[in-house]
Amino acid sequence: MKKILLSVTMIAVGLTMANAQKLYSTKTGQIKFNATGGVEKIAAVNNQVDSKMVDKTGQIVFSLLVNGFIFDNQLMKDHFEENYLETTKFSKADFKGFITNISSVDFTKNGKYNITIDGSLTIHGVTQKVSTAGSLTIANGKPSIAGVFKVKIKEYGITGLYIGEKIASEAEISVDCKYD
Amino acid sequence: MYSLKKLIQSSAIVLFILFFSNQLTAQDIDLFKMQDAQDKKEKENKTELVTATFKTTRMVNGQSIENVGKGILDLKISHRFGTVNTGAYNFFGLDQATMRIGMDYGVTNRLMVGIGRSTFNKEFDGFLKYRLLRQSTGKRSFPFSVSYAGTAILQSLKPAPTTYPLNQTDQYFFVHQLIIARKFNDYFSLQFVPTLVHYNIVPLETQPNDLYSVGVGYRLRISKRVNLTGEYYYQLNPITGNYNSLSFGFDIETGGHVFQLHFTNSTGINEKSFISETTGQWNNGDIHFGFNISRVFTIVKPKAMANAKW
Repeated sequence: MKKILLSVTMIAVGLTMANAQKLYSTKTGQIKFNATGGVEKIAAVNNQVDSKMVDKTGQIVFSLLVNGFIFDNQLMKDHFEENYLETTKFSKADFKGFITNISSVDFTKNGKYNITIDGSLTIHGVTQKVSTAGSLTIANGKPSIAGVFKVKIKEYGITGLYIGEKIASEAEISVDCKYD
Repeated sequence: MYSLKKLIQSSAIVLFILFFSNQLTAQDIDLFKMQDAQDKKEKENKTELVTATFKTTRMVNGQSIENVGKGILDLKISHRFGTVNTGAYNFFGLDQATMRIGMDYGVTNRLMVGIGRSTFNKEFDGFLKYRLLRQSTGKRSFPFSVSYAGTAILQSLKPAPTTYPLNQTDQYFFVHQLIIARKFNDYFSLQFVPTLVHYNIVPLETQPNDLYSVGVGYRLRISKRVNLTGEYYYQLNPITGNYNSLSFGFDIETGGHVFQLHFTNSTGINEKSFISETTGQWNNGDIHFGFNISRVFTIVKPKAMANAKW
């Protein structure tokens, strides 16, 4: 009787250990974009990106406030918010997806892994499928993710003058998030 | 027997706890749902400042509620042609011009300072504008913004000969303004500007040193790029022979800067000269065509931008 109880307990504990998912998160991730089309630099940085990641499933989300982007100059920021991204209507942008090759990542060992991320990116209220490559680095048990990808501005229903001129038709988005 | 029962009981409890905790942790974490729940919660708790009530720091002649951002230098050139009723000989006013050239700088996101020089009466001016309250939406919402603008003007035009000695201080004028503004939506904003213009010296004993007025200004968006603006200053105790300043204009955003085109009955451009020394009348056709052009330069980059690697 005792033996059975003990073994059941052991199995239960074992299962718990095996299935435990770890949630990594940050609220200070960095996302930059560069949409320079002409001489003038049109680029901004957001240092308050909220991101979460689950180690076992590879599920990953990024979320940010569009008006958290900081530009070199205020006027550009105002135009970005009011004329292009329409932040009063669409205050947030997010990405929901999966790291497809998460099984190749060993979270207990330091190292750098090439990863691919598939998911849906919502900007300006429009959702598009995005697939991109990046890298996941483990340093002292803490993962960080970096990657660069391009989005076509018009695919997200963003219209306005200067797209394709001063403003490039494709924006390069760089992601850099360190998780705890 | 008793101890065995106890053992089974306690084991059952342990098992139950383990099973339960196993359920909790083994259950798949769904980040998508988690994020949606968090977004909803944040939306309820968020307070957001209202930005871009007006398109630039001036309505037409006078101050708007807007400041230039921190570390931004704004070079402004304001130009008023002669009045259109001067006829074809003067090319409907385009042969003549008065102007003001000035520089504004954002010390902080709340404090802005500026200097300028106007050809009208050869005046130098310096001002500061400070955001006291800001309109916001969300959890801690506030219905309007309030700023204070203070301007000092030095008239360097050689004074007409007087029978009494003049002091240096007699060439100074001061203007105090409280700007109260509300952005109703992306299409419409309105502001009220109670104003005091102080003359250190006045030419006539009957003329008061302190002149009170109230300005009103609006912005009406007619397209993503073009806003219609208007500005009117009602004087409570005007100097005889002077009229209220009334101006209509377009704010045209041309990426990187705002171009303002307007029609006004005021010749001067600084606060003292357009509010209390407007001699033109709209119904006489004393209308000046004019424009303000501005170019912004980033002097101090925001920290986040300066630190980001490109």
